[in-house]
This record gives sequence, structure tokens and C-alpha cells, in this order.
Amino acid sequence: MSRTQVQTRLNGVAIDFLCEPRQSLLEVLRDELGLTGSKEGCNNGNCGACSVLVNGRIVNSCCVLGVEAEGAEVETIEGVAKGDQLHPLQQAFLNEAALQCGICTPGFIMASKALLAQEPNPDEQRVRHWLAGNLCRCTGYDKIVKAVLVAAAAQAPEMQEVK
Amino acid sequence: MTTVEKPAYTVIGTRPVRPDGVEKVTGKAQYGADIRLTGMLFGRVLRSPHAHARILSIDTSAAEAFPGVLAVVTHRDLPSAEDKMEELGESNINVREASDNVLASDKVLYRGHAIAAVCAASPHVAEEALARIKVEYDVLPPVMDVRDAMREDAPLLSETRHTRSMGGKTSEKPSNIAAYNQFKGGDIDAAFAEADAIVEREFTTAMVHQGYIEPQTSTASWNADGTITIWTSTQGSFAVRGLVAEILRQPVSKIRVIPMEIGGGFGGKLPIYLDPVAALLSKKSGRPVKISMSRTDVFEATGPTSGTYIKVKMAAKGDQITAVQATLAYEAGAYPGSSVGAGAMCMLAPYRVENFELNTYDVVVNRPKTAAYRAPGAPAAAFAGESVVDELARELKIDPLQLRRANASREGTRQVTGVPFPRIGAEEVVDAAIDSPHYRSPIEGPNRGRGVASGYWFNGGMQSSVVASVNGDGTVNLIEGSIDIGGTRASLAMQLAETLGVSYESIRPTVVDTDSVGHNDVTGGSRTTFATGMAVFEAGMDIRRQMITRAAKLWSCTEDDVVYEEGGLRCLKDSTKEMTFAEMAKQSARTGGPIVGKASLVARGAGGAFATHIVDVEVDPDTGKVEILRYTAVQDVGTAIHPAYVEGQIQGGVVQGIGWALNEEYFYDESGRMVNSSFLDYRMPTSLDVPNIDTVVIEVPNPGHPYGVRGVGEVPIVPPLAAIANAIHDATGHRFTSLPMSPRKVLEALDGIE
Repeated sequence: MSRTQVQTRLNGVAIDFLCEPRQSLLEVLRDELGLTGSKEGCNNGNCGACSVLVNGRIVNSCCVLGVEAEGAEVETIEGVAKGDQLHPLQQAFLNEAALQCGICTPGFIMASKALLAQEPNPDEQRVRHWLAGNLCRCTGYDKIVKAVLVAAAAQAPEMQEVK
Repeated sequence: MTTVEKPAYTVIGTRPVRPDGVEKVTGKAQYGADIRLTGMLFGRVLRSPHAHARILSIDTSAAEAFPGVLAVVTHRDLPSAEDKMEELGESNINVREASDNVLASDKVLYRGHAIAAVCAASPHVAEEALARIKVEYDVLPPVMDVRDAMREDAPLLSETRHTRSMGGKTSEKPSNIAAYNQFKGGDIDAAFAEADAIVEREFTTAMVHQGYIEPQTSTASWNADGTITIWTSTQGSFAVRGLVAEILRQPVSKIRVIPMEIGGGFGGKLPIYLDPVAALLSKKSGRPVKISMSRTDVFEATGPTSGTYIKVKMAAKGDQITAVQATLAYEAGAYPGSSVGAGAMCMLAPYRVENFELNTYDVVVNRPKTAAYRAPGAPAAAFAGESVVDELARELKIDPLQLRRANASREGTRQVTGVPFPRIGAEEVVDAAIDSPHYRSPIEGPNRGRGVASGYWFNGGMQSSVVASVNGDGTVNLIEGSIDIGGTRASLAMQLAETLGVSYESIRPTVVDTDSVGHNDVTGGSRTTFATGMAVFEAGMDIRRQMITRAAKLWSCTEDDVVYEEGGLRCLKDSTKEMTFAEMAKQSARTGGPIVGKASLVARGAGGAFATHIVDVEVDPDTGKVEILRYTAVQDVGTAIHPAYVEGQIQGGVVQGIGWALNEEYFYDESGRMVNSSFLDYRMPTSLDVPNIDTVVIEVPNPGHPYGVRGVGEVPIVPPLAAIANAIHDATGHRFTSLPMSPRKVLEALDGIE
């Protein structure tokens, strides 16, 4: 099958890649670009393990075609930490023991990042509602929800600086 | 809460960040499917569309000729396997059946049964080629339900299978009942005759899946020198090595299994499925081959747990449970080996019951071969047993926790196997539940109710082997072979730090491949923090002894005059002579070379775990939906090494139990096709479906472990099914005896439709 050239910005860097029109963005990220932080749990948009941001919006990358990344700004888990400086969400997930096996963690962090970007101070119910598209089978969600609330609190001064 | 004086630990009981944490929150951790090798091909597996059929022929020629395809394999590429049992951690497996499950030979026994596999440079090409494989079937009637399969006129999965009973007896006629066993004690007839109250009920539970988020995946490279390297996601790299060696008839030493990070297992990643297939494709193609399952494959072809039928008759006199008679029949799936025995052994464990007769049936049906699922066998048995205990309490007008307290097992209580319990925390957990703020608070409002239930899981021991290498700067590399599913690198490093009296941060644990450490049994049976923890303790003591020997030489005194304490050495005879651990480490080169501690053991003395749960629910009378309002899980954990991960295990187990109780089930149509094989339709709990799970951690140290560790991970899934059923009964007056208690079933019951 012939391959299409796609130009995009990935984690802040302009790149181009070739992919088949049938390849999902998840497949492109993992198999063509070697970014395996986004995980495949179901390949049909039900588990959220492949969550990435496209133009700031949270999407299941298994349900987006690679060619749809043309001209878009794509952010994956690999772009969340700045060098060795972890994002407050990543630090909170560590401190709160919010992961067990960790396979769902990149998706949860991306989804939570999208939430905090638009709602810096969500309450517990809002976090639970927002994260209902991400499945975790290990933790029972309690510590994940707490980690997001802790990160929101930690992020608050930083958000004010931006304003 | 601690029930006995606990030693003053410095590292144990703290909550440090796990050693593998940063890799996992940054996306760098390499899980099974993340491996990428030069020249690697992608494999895909052709699976049976039928639940039960004889394979008449398999024609792979068109697939082999398909452009881009490098190899095709079927059962003809597998050597004939031996008819013998292989230990698999929480269960045993027959090698011939395991081989037949990997690639079907003469019959397919469930929809999704693997038949052939193809590899190509692109997974899409491999997928297209699968459609070119022609299989001719003689379709047979399937038998899907455990009770249907037990009937004399049921379609037989195998004409040569006879029922095995105690003492090696086998049935005359072939049967789907693979095994029948009985546990018996006392005189049930006399106890039933004298009883004040008797409750008898029948229960069914639906087949459910472990639901790990990472699908099975395996990558194999069969090298020109005959060695095989396998990168896989498994709960036991040595179990994979052993089974692959048996199935492919290769010496164990030629196979190297590299365990990748594992994205959840819960027992479902004890068996093997893809590893030998990827190896065969690699051998034929001469290239490394990766195969990953789709989610549908995972549901249709990997380890669900048994659907069950359980009948329980229980009697009480005064406030004492005096007799239990029960029949437990568990679906094993396509091949024998359900967890029915464990279910029977756990059902009555929370109580002192003198008179009992438990009959167990292991039954094959046209569903995937069941695998262990967190406390395998126990949740369904507890659903039945604990529902009946609840009814007895109501009949006797005794508070359900007080009845449990009045009958609670204790040290010396004989289990149904006849083995007496060592020191256990069965009484302590019920006491703590009675005293909990949750149980002391009122439950009010229409359609609301409260339920309680208890549960038990044995926990395992088995083999562990570790090496701890002391570096010149005083740090330590801990080399282990136990798969880390949920934080055991941390719990093991903490135990080594405690043993050596050094900081947690100075220990660097690494899970290595099968060539690089002694045999370690699977991470299953809640054994790793206990058993590998014991090995870590022994390795730490080994280091301490070596350091004492060396210090004695340096100080020209006897070893008896040197003590190791608080992370250092000192001479009893001369107070000027002392050294920290790091100072001693620095002396390695001058005192005999590298200091390496090691330990290999079979861990005895596993301590069983008890739990008692309290749940409040609200039942929506218009939709039948059950909402969990509040949940408290009380559990004896022995010693909480890393309390945050202990809480996490409890919370995770409870939420899986909630899913089992309320939503999850395998739906099959009449032809034996699973119709809900996606996460959308299978519907596991989301963050919105559950509240915070409150945990009450009780510590009754296990006398069989240097730090008192009991297994933690499994028992929390045991009580929720019954606790929720009991709460729904309290809310509605209706006794649910069939899982899941889905909105449809609840609504039909409330509307009087049966």
C-alpha cells in the first residue's frame, strides 16, 4: 500500500513521517516513530491507554488516523516531562502510589493534563467523571483520583504565573 | 492498628517512591509490546469461529503464497507433547493440553481457539493473509454451561476423558466431569438434625475475565545456533521457559526468557499462548517475530475464571455454625483444571465448622481454558457461603458480624483439609469491622442497605532466588527474578534496606532474565513480597555474615566479637573499632573481593489472609442500577511493608469484586460465540462507578516470615460479591443468588419477573 507523507508537530518539534492511510495515529507513534509510551489496550477507543493530545484536545490515538495528524500539534506522554523535570502530575502519581502495573498510567496522565489545562481546580467528582474514559484494572482508581487532585493543588501557583 | 508489639522498623512501613516509578510515568518503561528488534516481523493468529468442531483439513498454501508473508505455522509444526503435568504456580497444567491450546490439532474446543499463525513485515499484511487459510470443519454442538455439561447426554469435549475421583478411581463412561473430590469431617446428619436454623440455597456465578489492560504479547527469536530468546509479558519468566521447553521439546538451557514490564495479570498471565507460536514463526522465517493479541482475542482465548454452580446447606445451633453441606461445580473451560478445589478449601475458612461435606466437580465446557484470577476459586465460593451465613444471622436474629465473630477461626482451628491454622487474624478483622466508623454509623434512606462478608486466601510460598551485590560506594544492586506487577521492586528493596540497616535509596533492584538469576516461581499466590522477601532477607543476612568475617580479620579479633547493627559493624572488645556499611563496602578489594549476598529457598510458612468488608448500596427502583455508596475493607496483612501499595492492592481487589458482582459476565449466543468481547460491552468499572474504598489495615504478623509478611493482593477480591448481595438484600428484601446483579436482573426481581 502506498504511503502518504504527513507533516506535524510532535511534542513541540516539527517532523514529517510516511504512513499508510489505514494506519492509526497510535500505530504510527509506536511502530513508525518508536514512541511506545502510548499503549494499546483495546484498539477501539474504550480503554484510554493510548490517550494523546491533538491540538490540545484529548483523543484516543487508536481512533485517529496517522494522516489526520497533518498540520496538527500532537503531544504524547514522552513530551510531558521537561528533561529531568517531571510534570506535577507525574510527580503526584509517584508520590501517591497511583500506579501498580503502570500500563494505563500514560493515558491517565495525558487525560488528566487535558483536564487541568482547562479546569485547574476540579473537585473529586469532576475528576472521576473526566477520567471515566480511562480504564485501570489495578488501583480501584482511588489513588489516581487523589494524585490528580494533589497535582492540581501543586500546579495552582504555576498556573497563576502563566496568567 | 497493630495487635502485637511491632519491632521498631526504619524502612518497613514507610511510603517511598517505587524504583521503577519514573520510567512508568514518563512512558519509557518497556512493556511486552514495546520491544522492537532489527528485522522483526509481525505475527497474527487464525482463530476458530466455532465453539466446538472437528478440524477436517487446514490448507495454508494460499497464505504462504500471499505477497509479503514469510512463514505460516499450524499444529503440524509442533512436536508431539508429553502427556504430563507441569507446575504453574497457582495451578498445574497438562503439557499435551497446553500444546493443543497453543495450536489446535484435531478439534477446536472454543471460539477463539488458535489454529494457525502467519508472519509478515506488516501486521496488516499478516492479517490479510490469515483470510487465505482454508479450514474445513465438522461443526459439533457446543456445551456452554457447567450443569448442562454434567448431564449424561451432554456433547463430549473429549471421548477419552473419564472422571477422576479420589484414590485414582476413574469413571466407566467418558464424561465432561474431569474430576470429582470430597472434603468431609464430623457428622453432618446429626448436626442438621439438632439445628435451630437451616438455610439451603443454590447459587450461580458468571464467567468473568481478569481484565488486565495490556493484551498478551510475545516476541521470539530462534537463533541459528538453536537458542531461543523470548521477550514476553508474563507473571513468571521461568514458567514460560519451562513450558516452552516442554512444548517445543528443547532443553531449558537453550531458552532465554526476558520478562518485559507487565501490564496487569491477576493470574491471567500465568499460562502461555503466544510464546511457542512466535518461536516457531521465527524458526521458519529466520527473523524475530512479535505477536500481540487484540482485545477480542484476549476475551475469547485467554484465561477467564470459571462460571460456577454452588449449592450450600448450612445449619446453626444457638450462635454456632454447626454443619455445612455443599456442592461446588466449576467450569474449567476447554481443558480440565478449574480452581474448584481452592474454592472449597476457602469457603469455610473464616469459621470453626466441625461437621462438613464439600463435593467438588471440575467440568469442561466449550469456553476458553480458565486461568487463575486473583484468589482463584474463592470469590464464587464466598459469594455462596457468605450469603447463607447472612441469611442464618437473620433467622437467628443475630447481628451478621457478631455471628461471624462468634464462629471465627483462630490459631489451631482445623481447616477442611484437616490442617490447623497457625496464628491468623480472622477474629481481629471481624472485631475491627465491628468497631469501624462505617459499621457504627447508621444507614438510612429508602432503597438503601448495608451488607458484610468475610473471605480467606491461603497465600503461597514456593521457590525464590536472589543475589545482592554490594558496590564499593555502599550501594547495593538487588538482582531478582520475580516479576514486578504492582510494586514488588519497592517492597523487596525495602526489606533488604531494613535487613542491612541502610537507606531504601541505596538499594537498586532489577528484575533480570532467566539466564541471569536462579529459578523463581511465578508472581502469583500473593507470594512475592512474602517468599522473595524472605530470600532478600536471607541474602541480606549473608552479606552481614561476610562483613562480620572480614571485619574480624581487619580488627584481628574473633567473629564473635563483631556485631552488625544499625547499618554498621563494631567490635565488642574495642570501642574505637567501628565501620559503617559503606566503609566496609569500600574495603571489599582489600578484604577478599566483591561482597555478594545470595539466597535460594522454598518459602515455607506462608500466612493466610482474612478480610471482612462492609458495603452500603442504593438500588434505583426504576432502573435496577446498584450504586456503591460507601465501602470499607478490613484486612489482616501481617506487616504492611509499603502501606500505600498495600492499600492499593486492597482497593484494586475490591473494585474488581464490585465489577464481578454487578456488571461483568461473558455473554454467549446459542452457537457459543461471545457477543460482548470488547471493553465497551464487557463493561469493567470506571472511576465514576465506584467511591473511595476505605481500607482498615490490620497487622497480625505472620510467624513464618522474618518481618511478619502475609500475602496481600488476593483476599480483597473474595468478600465483595457476597457483601454486595447482602447489602442489596438489606435494601430490597430480595435475595440474589445469581451473578452478576446487573440492572436487568435487579429490575426483573423487583418487578416480580423471574
